[in-house]
Amino acid sequence: MNLPRRTFLKGIFATGGAMALGTSVLPQSVMADLPETAAQAKSLSEAEQALFDGAQITEITDENVIAIKAPEIAENGQVVQIEVTTNLEKLESITILAEKNPVPLVAQFNFPDPENAVGWVKTRIKMVGTSDVIAVVKADGQLYAARREVTVTLGGCGG
Amino acid sequence: MADEFRTRLQAKLKKGITEVRTKITHPMETGARRELETGKLIPAHFIEEVKVEHNGKVVMSADWSVGISKDPYCAFKFKGGVEGDTVTLTWKDKCDPFHAKHSKMCVT
Repeated sequence: MNLPRRTFLKGIFATGGAMALGTSVLPQSVMADLPETAAQAKSLSEAEQALFDGAQITEITDENVIAIKAPEIAENGQVVQIEVTTNLEKLESITILAEKNPVPLVAQFNFPDPENAVGWVKTRIKMVGTSDVIAVVKADGQLYAARREVTVTLGGCGG
Repeated sequence: MADEFRTRLQAKLKKGITEVRTKITHPMETGARRELETGKLIPAHFIEEVKVEHNGKVVMSADWSVGISKDPYCAFKFKGGVEGDTVTLTWKDKCDPFHAKHSKMCVT
C-alpha cells in the first residue's frame, strides 16, 4: 500500500528542516502540492479529499474527545476566535475548516513530535457567514472530526 | 517592507507544559477584496507557513490559508522545556523571505 501522500510530505518536511541551515526550505514543487491543492478546493469534501487522500474520518460528537470552542454569535466575521481541544493521544495534526467559506480550508497545525504534542490550539479565523466550523484531528494515524455551528452576523471574507 | 510586519511571541512554562502565543501584524489579504476607488482587485498576500522550534527542534508547523484573520493570532502548547530555553517562530508568505522571531521562555 502506498504511503499516504500527507505522510510522505510530512516526512520530507522533517528532513528538509534538518538539512537546510536551520530554516526549513522545502522544494517549492513539493510544498506547493499539499496546501495549494487543498487551499484551492472549493468545497468541504474537496478540501478533505485533498488533505487526507480520501482516508476515512470518524465523526466525533463527544466534547471530551474533540471540543470546539467558538462564540455562539460572532458579530464580526473577520475575526472569529476558535479554540480546539482534544484528548486524543499521539496527536499529529489539527485542521480547521469553515464549511461555507469560499476556501473552506483555514489552517492545519502539524505536530512533528506526537509524543509531546498537546491537544489544544487557538486562533482567529475569517467566516463569510453562519456555517459549521470543522476540526479534523489526526492522532495515531487515524482521523477524527467534530463540527460546531457558528452564527455570524457580519460576514468577513471581504468579497 | 520588513518593518511593517511585527511578530510578537511569548512562551510560558507551567507544570511541564509550555504555552506559545503569537501575534503577527500582517494584512492577510484574500485576493478577493477590491480597492474602493478603482475597483481593482487587491492581490492576495497572506502567511502560508508558520513554524515554531524549541531548542532547534520543530514543535509545531502550520499551513495557513486566506481564512486566517488579519493580524493573525495563534496559540498552542507542547510538553517540555525549561526556563531559559529558546523558542523560535518563523513565518513565510509569498512576498517576503522567512521572518524569524526569537523568544526566551519564562516560568509563570
